[in-house]
Amino acid sequence: MNDTKTPPLQEEKVGVYVCHCGTNIAKVVDVEDVAKWAESNPQVAVSREYKFMCSSLGQELIEEDIKKYGLTKIVVASCSPHMHEGTFRTATENGGLNPFMFEMANIREHDSWTTDDEQAATQKAKALVNAAIERVVHHQPLQEIPVEINPNTLIVGAGIAGITAALELADGGNHVYLVEKQPSIGGHMAQLDKTFPTLDCSACILTPKMVDVGHHPNITLLTWSEVEKMDGYMGNFEVTVRKKARYVNEEHCTGCGICIEKCPFKVIDMEFEAGLGERKVIYRPFPQAVPKYPVIDTENCVYFQKGTCKACQKFCPTEPNSIDFEQQDEILKLQVGNIILATGYELFDVKRIPQYGYGQLENVFTSLEFERMVNAAGPTEGKIVLRDFKTEPESIAIVHCVGSRDEHYHRYCSKVCCMYSLKFAHLVHERLPNATVYNCYIDMRTPGKGYEEFYDRILKEGTNFIRGKVAEITDSPRIPEEEGKLIVQVEDTLIGRQRRVPVDMVILSPAMEAQPDSKEVSQLFKMGCDFEGFFIERHPKLDPVATMTEGVFIAGSCQGPKDIPDTVAQGAAAASRVASLITRGTVMMEPIRAHIDAEACSGCKICNNMCPYNAIEFVEEEGYSQVITALCQGCGTCVAACPSGVITGAHFTNQQLFSQIEGLLWDVKELQPVPAGKED
Amino acid sequence: MTEQFEPVIVGFLCNWCSYRAADLAGTARIKYAPNLRPIRVMCSGRVDPQFVLQALRNGADGVLIAGCHPGECHYVNGNIKALRRFLLLKQTLKQWGIEEERVQLLWASASEGIILADRVNKMTEEIRDLGPLRWHEKVLGGNGNGTIPVKEA
Repeated sequence: MNDTKTPPLQEEKVGVYVCHCGTNIAKVVDVEDVAKWAESNPQVAVSREYKFMCSSLGQELIEEDIKKYGLTKIVVASCSPHMHEGTFRTATENGGLNPFMFEMANIREHDSWTTDDEQAATQKAKALVNAAIERVVHHQPLQEIPVEINPNTLIVGAGIAGITAALELADGGNHVYLVEKQPSIGGHMAQLDKTFPTLDCSACILTPKMVDVGHHPNITLLTWSEVEKMDGYMGNFEVTVRKKARYVNEEHCTGCGICIEKCPFKVIDMEFEAGLGERKVIYRPFPQAVPKYPVIDTENCVYFQKGTCKACQKFCPTEPNSIDFEQQDEILKLQVGNIILATGYELFDVKRIPQYGYGQLENVFTSLEFERMVNAAGPTEGKIVLRDFKTEPESIAIVHCVGSRDEHYHRYCSKVCCMYSLKFAHLVHERLPNATVYNCYIDMRTPGKGYEEFYDRILKEGTNFIRGKVAEITDSPRIPEEEGKLIVQVEDTLIGRQRRVPVDMVILSPAMEAQPDSKEVSQLFKMGCDFEGFFIERHPKLDPVATMTEGVFIAGSCQGPKDIPDTVAQGAAAASRVASLITRGTVMMEPIRAHIDAEACSGCKICNNMCPYNAIEFVEEEGYSQVITALCQGCGTCVAACPSGVITGAHFTNQQLFSQIEGLLWDVKELQPVPAGKED
Repeated sequence: MTEQFEPVIVGFLCNWCSYRAADLAGTARIKYAPNLRPIRVMCSGRVDPQFVLQALRNGADGVLIAGCHPGECHYVNGNIKALRRFLLLKQTLKQWGIEEERVQLLWASASEGIILADRVNKMTEEIRDLGPLRWHEKVLGGNGNGTIPVKEA
């Protein structure tokens, strides 16, 4: 095979550096012993142990030794390469070697931190160090691949996270394509009434930003659109977007709204009004919608279903007429350098908990229904009423943790429900001063600026707090006082008793959960999502908006439940990460790529279908396959699949890995009873 | 033998999920059997069955291949290719009389340090019960004259 043509390199001089990491490693692994033992390897020219290899002194040690001893390869035995591989590659380079002439042995995360057995840990450290030495002697110098960054950015999802990111980038002079699957931007925040803890009106702070997005010369707004495909790689993505037909011509429409007024058919609005209100069949989700153009709901439109009506077209005052029943979906191909996913969340379906009675008991509401109810622009014009839209409730129970902190549904804390449940209690006190409010909570979780103070305020407003998880909500009375009421069965854990609380209205505060299609979306963008469906960040603390896919960033509650301030912060953070890449213009990518030896390739094409990126093409005239380097991501699947062994995976060659395996087993190899002259 | 047999297990861990799971196990100070010796590959799809054979031939008593969960592969579906190769390899190993506990496949995401650690513990116990592999006796036969179809490094 290709790899084996290079003769064993006799003249290698390896420098080995074993790190104490303070006591993190040295406490369990006998680092002196490992370093001394490594020195006995004939390929090792110098072997040292040092307190902190990642310190500037530790790095200088490597640099000086390279010059002093003429080292050709470097091994550092310390932490995970995900921690400091970059650090030591730089040190190797500063010493005058190609940065890839370096290999790391992970004797901290994979060794000293996983066991207290000093002898076993030291033995394992030796194996890992030896594997690194045997591997590094086969390392080849590699050059990082420069990639130019297209300055255009795609942002998927135009809730507050996407809006923030879009404005940040666009204000900085960069072009943004903002894609939203709903007819208007705004996301969930547009549905909310007041925002905790300051109680400023959601629409008042959001709509100016929405208008800015709508008018911004650097933002191409694609609502009622969905991303269908992503090709390419960081800096050079090609994204296919389907712009669904609105049946309204955006060039001619002035957004006057006469068509909506004249449309004779109404349906229940399950999206924006959360099923509590109605909308016309040609509609705009809400009055401040951006863009202002309406959209026809073809499933309910009489013209689309039965072929008659056309009222909207008849009354449309524009010239030419804006209603276009023949409009088709448009497929757009966008060239972008970076992508920010801000696809938001969905609320837990409370019907999954049948004992809470939603859908059966009419006066059990979801939090989103209540948000719409208390909103002055909502279906009840801000009046808190029962499902009959008339009766004001005298008592209300607010149930926290519906579907969250529950091993049957979601184990995580949904983070915002305590705060918005407190906000609901406040709004009830404000609108119905005589009503009794019960908040049934498991634990009150109010971390955040001004949040605990808000809780204190609600405590003083006279809300009844019951610490306990609600078991059941029923309308079957046991005593006369419960007649005609909803009874909330809950164990009050502070007094250690079961309670039955009769109320007129129940509000369920469901968990925020990942969008139902988040798995497909994560696959579309070739990045990961966790079991719950939330997108996985590159590092949970130090890199919260990047993903494992270079050039793809995440922001907002698609990454995990969060409140508006955190969402906005992430939107801005993602924009800043992208802006930094755009400013750099060119970035260097790891040269871990596959290469096919054309002369040795038999042309069997087995690798062609293996590649998940279609990066291998078959050269018909010549009869061999070749790798399109720009598309190759370096996974190595083709390398493992090639029956002739003629594909080289740079930095993970067969030779490097075989040597690493042998090196790793230095101590057990000899224990094998090898028949004389039969093996190797 | 007075000392307890300590099997040596070579782990092929994918860079994005399972290697990080092992990192996390360490960071979270989860204690598990020190018998696993990990090798980092970019993707479990890079694991050539020859790597497994190379490890077993060189004295490993077991091999653990670990990758991202199906659908979560950093390289779209390299883990599925690893699964296919693993299933075929298992057939071959079985014919050689190598117990199936010795070569295992695991899905462990970057957040599943505990799953990786648990599997290493379990696998260590299983192989400890089986005893050393003794490749040369088992596969090459008692006289050691057999040849095995492994490409040389």
